[in-house]
Amino acid sequence: MKYIDEYRDSNLVKPLVEELKKTLTRPVRLMEVCGTHTMAIFRNGIRSILPDGMEIVSGPGCPVCVTSASHMDAFIAMAEIPGVRVAIFGDLFRVPGSNGSLANAAARGAYIDVVYSPMDALELARNNPDDTVVFLGVGFETTTPGIAATILAAHHEEIDNFCVFSTQKVIPGPLEALMQDPELNINALLCPGHVSAIIGAGAYQPFVEQGLACVVAGFEPADLVNGLILLAKQVGSATPKVENLYPRVVSWEGNKRALAMVEEIFEPTDMEWRGLGVIEQSGLAIREKFQKFDAEKRFDIKLVPTEEPKGCLCGAILKGQTVPPLCPLFGTRCNPSTPVGPCMVSSEGTCAAYYKYGRDDS
Amino acid sequence: MCLAVPMKVEQIYGDPDDFTQDQIAVVNMDGVGRKIRLDVVDRWPEVGDYVIVHAGFAIHSLIEEEAQKNIELIREMASHMPEELLLAGDDT
Ligand code: SF4
Repeated sequence: MKYIDEYRDSNLVKPLVEELKKTLTRPVRLMEVCGTHTMAIFRNGIRSILPDGMEIVSGPGCPVCVTSASHMDAFIAMAEIPGVRVAIFGDLFRVPGSNGSLANAAARGAYIDVVYSPMDALELARNNPDDTVVFLGVGFETTTPGIAATILAAHHEEIDNFCVFSTQKVIPGPLEALMQDPELNINALLCPGHVSAIIGAGAYQPFVEQGLACVVAGFEPADLVNGLILLAKQVGSATPKVENLYPRVVSWEGNKRALAMVEEIFEPTDMEWRGLGVIEQSGLAIREKFQKFDAEKRFDIKLVPTEEPKGCLCGAILKGQTVPPLCPLFGTRCNPSTPVGPCMVSSEGTCAAYYKYGRDDS
Repeated sequence: MCLAVPMKVEQIYGDPDDFTQDQIAVVNMDGVGRKIRLDVVDRWPEVGDYVIVHAGFAIHSLIEEEAQKNIELIREMASHMPEELLLAGDDT
């Protein structure tokens, strides 16, 4: 099909790479904040074509990776309550808490179901009326609307043996906080594609006011290189703005139906991020009106402060302060079959990406 | 994972303003019909439109022309990806 050529053909990408070289007049140090971008950049070898003076840093864009060890411990404690079945997205299964993972709990006899959608978790509740099904909500703005809709469906259908443990997080606020770190020295942002489909490209305007170049891009090679060109141009001419290279999916104001659904069910709350600590108003809690669907209230689960896995640098990696090859455990004790930290467990984690595609590229 | 292949809408059930009833579309992906939810889609689609689906929910709808620009190429990308990356859910 001819459209493939439009984005993938090396005849197209090559001139774009040339163009990028020409456009880059000032050093660009950009952060990408989307696990899918992390993987796409590695898979397509984008790092190897970067001209001198352009650097890509991976940020906290993988929701599993930013789930704190104390949340993982709480998830495990929840799974071990008799009569509870937890439903999770698959990547969470092997993420270590301070003492083992959900996989270990399953081996000890806990009921853990991997689901594709939060609606599947509700279906589990319908089919298992004697158990309480707890969906572990781990995700950013793209996942939250579906969870909200599932809670609303449970409310309308009066399914009482279903609840959600929400660690849902929002991207812009924490990212802004991260950008305040002068040592990080970022001057451009490659903004996430599908988070932006929900919150809209307009959500990045505050970053422009901080002097950052912002481009929302899709995931194909030509999309990505085009994004880099636009960022280089903005930095070169010192005219930061929000540019949207993914208008098929992302509008300026975002998805209003989804945002209204989230607003009805959730309210902002302080949230702990792995590596970044507690960030004010960076998470979403279930509103009081729907509190019977709030697993933390129903089971009175308390978060206990915990240590990161020993020797793991995930915290610094999520802040863009270091790269996986500089972690002494990388590739030796920590690898995808025996991961030490969440950045290696998740298929979108920066350590997993380096391991899979970029071990010679640091 | 946001590898969002637009999927073609074949059937639609429900009313965009009535959340007390199921809002469901049947979409076609490589010949297989799959039920997805329309509760949070930005624009209520028509049969023949495409939707981008995330963890079982349509988050965005496109008209055919917009979708075609993207669909083959994403499928092509997907064919190079290991199975575990295609499982939804672990998404941003
Ligand atoms: S390589 Fe492993 S131990 Fe090191 S930072 Fe990454 S996940 Fe943590």
